[in-house]
Amino acid sequence: MALLEVRAIAKSFRGLKAVGGVSFAVAPGRIAALIGPNGAGKTTCFNMIAGALAPDAGEVRFAGARIDRLRPDQICAAGIGRTFQLVKPFAALSVLDNVIVGALNRTRRSAEARARALEVLEQLGLAGRRDQPAATLTLADRKRLEVARALATGPKLLLLDEVMAGLRPTEVDQLVAVFRRINGETGLTILLIEHVMRAVMALAREIHVLHHGELIASGAPEEIVRHPAVLACYLGAGPP
Amino acid sequence: MNRRAVQWLGALAALLIALPALAGSYLLSLATLILFFAYTGQAWNVMMGFAGQLSLGHALYVGVGAYAAAALFVHFGIGPWAGLWLALALCALLGAAIGFLAFRFGISGVYFALLTIAFAEFTRIGFEHFDWVGASGGLFLKVAQREHTDLVNLRGSPAMFYYVMLALTAAAFGFCAWLARSRAGYYWLAIRENEEAAQALGIHTFRYKMLAVLVSSAMTAPAGVFFAFYYNNLFPEQIFNISRSIEIILGPIIGGLGTLFGPILGAAVLTVLADGLTELVAAVGWEVPGVKQVFYGVVLLGVVMFLPQGIWPALARRLGIGASGGR
Repeated sequence: MALLEVRAIAKSFRGLKAVGGVSFAVAPGRIAALIGPNGAGKTTCFNMIAGALAPDAGEVRFAGARIDRLRPDQICAAGIGRTFQLVKPFAALSVLDNVIVGALNRTRRSAEARARALEVLEQLGLAGRRDQPAATLTLADRKRLEVARALATGPKLLLLDEVMAGLRPTEVDQLVAVFRRINGETGLTILLIEHVMRAVMALAREIHVLHHGELIASGAPEEIVRHPAVLACYLGAGPP
Repeated sequence: MNRRAVQWLGALAALLIALPALAGSYLLSLATLILFFAYTGQAWNVMMGFAGQLSLGHALYVGVGAYAAAALFVHFGIGPWAGLWLALALCALLGAAIGFLAFRFGISGVYFALLTIAFAEFTRIGFEHFDWVGASGGLFLKVAQREHTDLVNLRGSPAMFYYVMLALTAAAFGFCAWLARSRAGYYWLAIRENEEAAQALGIHTFRYKMLAVLVSSAMTAPAGVFFAFYYNNLFPEQIFNISRSIEIILGPIIGGLGTLFGPILGAAVLTVLADGLTELVAAVGWEVPGVKQVFYGVVLLGVVMFLPQGIWPALARRLGIGASGGR
């Protein structure tokens, strides 16, 4: 059974269709990617899964239960962690305190949350910056902090919204290695929105392609890169 | 907190406990006033400094707390310690009403602040026509023998009032230090910094914002009870006045928003400054109307311009207490 199941979800903003009836599923332990040109509706899909937006139609199921009418905090408690494309650090708080807030999702005790937060910071290579205010981090580190906070909430499914954008190739490779290790060690399911194909190809076992709010292709990376509809939307229609 | 900080705190505690023996009556009343503003500032700081919800109407809770305990005492002879419970309940109820209205209907920022002013102003106008508590003519408590200490009815010497206020301030400090390290404390900071991110990390933001308002409003109630029994007279026009609310919030802002020592330090600086200026103006003979306010304003402007984080964070760095002790 799929861990995440999205069935025909749709969302319009003042009559402008952002997502029109998208369905896909992610099996437990998988890493899947959602790709597509700008404005394809990827982040809107994420926001509907994470509860930041209510779908106009369709449903979202997580571990068998409907979650599309829940608040974001309830969805987080159910086991979905997310990052924001435009990073939202708690700027005045230290890096460690940022992650402690996430870790408190699974425990009431600050000491336990602190220990968990330190582990996560270590995993993401942010341990050396733990006492710095989040406002002083570089963009690459802020992206890592987004991931650290979401991971600290102890999710079963992690939604990553363009965490590789703006990173140098070596930084992308580092982060890819981190996600691979966590996925391998804990079986964490990951759904990522990504434009950096280097990361998508290295991580995802299945790719869903969105275009103008519709799903135009789904499949393994090798199939997707040769899929005519995908080539058409990224490169324009080829010769007949 | 490191050893240095503990030493400073110990020295301060010793000084504060010994103060009535050392200081004259004028200094003692000044110290009591500082503690009063340190306490109310600490309570307000829970809402604004921790959770980022700006209340410009905290005079409401001082006033309602004061009137609740005073009315019970005047009409039924019920002592302030019993009256305190009514004061706490009424203030928490008002806080809940404001919080629910605002957070349920998505009123935030400036509009939230306006709502808090509106509640305080409506209550002031209401009390001005509330005959049972003396309306605009005021409510008066019988001034008792000041030599005889009667803690049960909160009647006694200035030293007794000083110690009561000191105990309240110390308790508020300890309570806030505990809150800051609790889950709620972390969640409030997260909400203050970014509500959307806070929600995505599993925080029920409505519930925690409500909690901040409830804690802050209820915490302010004892200050009101103290006010009633210390000054023995209450006038709606004075106690609910918006200038009272502003007085409460200046201390934590000048001292350092969201810090534990900020409200205390800010209250001390501002009270001493205001009083010192009165003395200075009188001594120099510049008794031009408004000259004191101008000086006061210039000093505030200076602090806000040069120490935008407040005095405490800068001072903590100087004393080598560091960032963790500063929170």
